[in-house]
Formats: sequence, C-alpha cells, structure tokens
Amino acid sequence: MSVDQTTVRRIAQLARIKVKDEDLPALEGELNVILDWIEMLNEVDIDGVEPMTAVVETSMKKRKDEISDGAMPDSIMANAPASDDHFFVVPKVVE
Amino acid sequence: MSELTELTISAAREGLKAKSFSAVELTQAYVTAVERARILNAYVKETPELALEMAKTSDKRLATGDAGPLEGIPLGIKDLFATKGVHTQACSHILDGFKPTYNATVTQNLFDDGAVMLGKLNMDEFAMGSSNETSYYGNVINPWRRKDSNVALVPGGSSGGSASAVAAHICAGATGTDTGGSIRQPAAFTGTVGIKPTYGRVSRWGIVAFASSLDQAGPIARDVRDSAILLKSMASPDPKDTTCVDQPVPDYEAAMTGDIRGLRVGIPKEYRVDGMPGDIDALWHQGADMLKARGAEVVEVSLPHTKYALPAYYIVAPAEASSNLARYDGVRYGLRVPSDDITEMYERTRAAGFGPEVIRRVLIGTYVLSAGYYDAYYVKAQKIRTLIKRDFEEAWSRVDVMLTPATPSAAFAPGEITDPVRMYLNDVFTVTVNMAGLPGIAVPAGLSDEGLPLALQLIGRPFDEETLFRTAQVIEEDSGYSAHPEVWW
Repeated sequence: MSVDQTTVRRIAQLARIKVKDEDLPALEGELNVILDWIEMLNEVDIDGVEPMTAVVETSMKKRKDEISDGAMPDSIMANAPASDDHFFVVPKVVE
Repeated sequence: MSELTELTISAAREGLKAKSFSAVELTQAYVTAVERARILNAYVKETPELALEMAKTSDKRLATGDAGPLEGIPLGIKDLFATKGVHTQACSHILDGFKPTYNATVTQNLFDDGAVMLGKLNMDEFAMGSSNETSYYGNVINPWRRKDSNVALVPGGSSGGSASAVAAHICAGATGTDTGGSIRQPAAFTGTVGIKPTYGRVSRWGIVAFASSLDQAGPIARDVRDSAILLKSMASPDPKDTTCVDQPVPDYEAAMTGDIRGLRVGIPKEYRVDGMPGDIDALWHQGADMLKARGAEVVEVSLPHTKYALPAYYIVAPAEASSNLARYDGVRYGLRVPSDDITEMYERTRAAGFGPEVIRRVLIGTYVLSAGYYDAYYVKAQKIRTLIKRDFEEAWSRVDVMLTPATPSAAFAPGEITDPVRMYLNDVFTVTVNMAGLPGIAVPAGLSDEGLPLALQLIGRPFDEETLFRTAQVIEEDSGYSAHPEVWW
C-alpha cells in the first residue's frame, strides 16, 4: 500500500499537524519508502496466530477503588501556557 | 579530568565509605568536568547548585552511617525522566519550559538511594532516533574518534547524551530508556555497558511515553558491576504503573560469580546477516570462544522471524507514539502557538513543536491506525510479535542465554545516514528483544578496524537479568576490554 499527497494531507489533519503544501511531496516520498519496506510482512503466514496483547504473561494488578491522591490544582496548572483561576484557557469553541 | 572522575561507581562507593574523599569533593570534580566537556553537548541542563546541595546531604548521611546504596554518586538523568522542578522536555520543542511538579519513580528511587543529579542529558527527540541527531538541542558528539581522525562521530541514540557522558566520564553513570535499542546501541557506540531490563522490571511512571508496550528504562554505566548497581536502585515494584511487576528486585551484584560452567549459550543463526563487517563477525566468534573456554556450551539456535521484527516494530512503535503524543496540544503544558481557532492552534502548535522525524512517525502511526487499515497493519504487526516471542520461547528450551552482536556497525559520522530506513536498520539486532519484552545487555568487547568500540549483546529469559550480568562480566573480563577515548575536549 502507498499514500498519495491527498492521503498525506488527510493523515496530517487527523494527526492535527499543519503541513505546508510545499512539504507534501517530500513527506509522500518518505512515508512511501517506509510503507514499501513494511510490505515485507506480507510474506509471513499469520493464519490462526493471535495478536500479542502483553509481552509478559501477568494478571492485571488491581487496587482498591478509593481516592489516594489529589487536591493539587496548583500543581496541575503549573505548566499551563494559559490559565485562569484553575481553568485551562483555550480559544473560543462555542459561539 | 581529575582522578575522582576516573572512579567507577563501585570504587567511588568504597572511597566515600572510607572517607578518602567527600561527596561534595566528588561532585565538584564532576561539575568541573561537565563544564569542560560542553563541546560534546551531552547535557541539555546542568544543575551544579542542586548537585552540590544533594552532595552535602549525602555527606551528612555518610557521617551518621545511614548512607543509601548510591549515596553521593553523581549521575546524569536522561531528559525523558521527570525531575521535580527541573527541565524535562524529551529534547522536544513542544515541551518548551516544562518543569514537572513530581519525580519519575526511577528518579525518585535513585534519589532515595542517595544519588546526586548533575543535570539532564541530551537525547533524540521523544527517544526517536539512532544517532542523537533529532534532538531540539542539537547533536551529541561521541567522545570516541576514529584512529588518526578528527571527524566527529555520533554517540548513537536515542540515549546518546547518556552514553556520551558516561564514556567521557562527565557522570559516574546515567539513566537511559530503550524502545528498540536506545540503551544498547549508544552503549555499543561508546564502549559503555547498557542494559534494557525485562518489560515490567522498571516502572515507566513519570517517563515521557514513546511506545508504551516497548519502552523500558535501564542504566548506562562504565562497567558491568556499575550497571548492576544502578539497575538494583532503578527497579522496584510500583503501584503507579500497572505493567510494572510486583517481584522483589534481586541483588544483581551477588549474581556476578564468574561461574558460567554448564551455561547453554545460543547463537541465533538468523543474526548472521549479509554484509556484516568482518570485525563484528570476528568479535562475535571470539565472544562465543570466551564463554566456551569458561565452561559454557555454545549451540546454534534459530529465530526464524528475526527479519520481520524491525518492519513490524515500525508499525507498532509509531502507532503507539501517535497515540501517546496526541496529548501535546498546547493546552495543558509546553509550547502553544496562538490562534483564534482551536483546531488551528493544535495544528500550528504541533507543526512548530515536533521535529521532522517525530512528524514522520506520528503520520505513519496515524495512517496505520486509521479506519480501514488497522487490521492490515497494526493487528498484523501484533500477530508477528506473537511469532517473534514464540521463536524465543522455543529456543529457551535449549539455551539459557543468547549471544549476538549489538549493532551492525561501529559509530558513524553525523549526516552520514539520511535515509530513514537505513537509519532504522541500526536497531536490527536489538529490536527483537523489545518486541518480545526480554532483557538484553550490550557489553564492549573489542575495537573495530578503525579503533572504535564494538559490543556484544546478551539476550536473556524474562526477568533473568542475573544471568545477563554474570555472563556479561565474563565477557568483560576475558575480552580484556579497557579502552578509553583520548581526552580531546
């Protein structure tokens, strides 16, 4: 499988990364080199093979459903590029 | 370089205990060495005041006799590990100005054991790279150079700052992370020892995530004993990471008995790849002979799906990365490129904040996870991962440990490899280990024809790091490897 420039643009939109028009041909080329190389996997017979879900066989750790930590809004907001009274500030999203 | 920076962690530990020097003296020697070696660009943030303050506390504890196992030992911390109040940006522009309000479990474990932090170490952006050329803070330079040459070389990646700093003796040891070879490959390129533990041995909490099913932290150190000392402190059970196992951490130093009689060592025949340089092939044979001479039994094994590990990795890792890196949106932390429209703000922030290799991988990951392609790529890659793991499981019925080369070449020059797939091939011998969740250690064992360090890799059974340390120490001793880069900086 390979991608064309329209697909690269669509993927970039899905990934929320602005890509300039003049960068599309180079990206198309680079992604196709990688995708061509990955095609090698089609040689492998994967019939009846289960996809891996965990590398280490282990039962999921569980903890008691109780609050053990929290009440640290200052700490959570400390790195926000824009905040106001413990709220993250973003451009207006509803009219 | 002063004499104190020449000491390994185990030697410094003895010196501090015997009061031959103080933790402040040791730390001051490193602080000076770090300043003199800035041309290597190994540190992205030096923290000398913090280091000396920590060393003072260590001296107090050493005086009262309640010193921890790493009391007063000056370490470098990869920029991927959260350090409270200190630069933690995964060497990406998108985490501009980020200072965590907490320590990663690994950093906390090291500090609890008395370690001193000299600063944060350079790395490939978000740990994506094999040459430390993708860092927002510029390339790291390898202290090693080819025989009779002044040409700069890469230290490998992504833990390139860690490897360069350990090799240049501007820290006593360093933390690293390994998703496809990012501890072992730079260790190999710099003549240092690097171990990627079994997935789940070390907590990932507070480490900036790249590919969560593959990421694992481990140390880079000057010798095998130091790496055993560091891993003992880094590893712990951790309720904050559900994939971190609740198993006690063994005393790895105690496992280094030198006795490998009867050990069954596997040589995976699929690792004999076309075009392998003669010096690496020769080193591999020498390694097998050394182990045999110490009473180990060397047998050939087969891991038939080896060649599919790397292409499958380049589906799994970018897929997980595209998902993990979705959090960098300019809202909660890091860089924000303002706009009146929120989608535009996300898109501009991410375009400005991510470098080209990160963008490439996020796009690949987004593509392979997008509607209609998930089964063809991601599910298929995870099935191949099952086959890779099965290959190893079958081999473990015949052998206890495997011996392979660590890398397909010695260190190369910056700009020498520009094709992404050629760069990815650096991890051809290391990536299978991540795909199967196994432990692997790179140990220097000789020099290339050009006078650069070359390493062998040992691969172990899940949670059998002890056998790796024991066997690696035998290689370290019997190869007689003791080369150091000449100080030119």
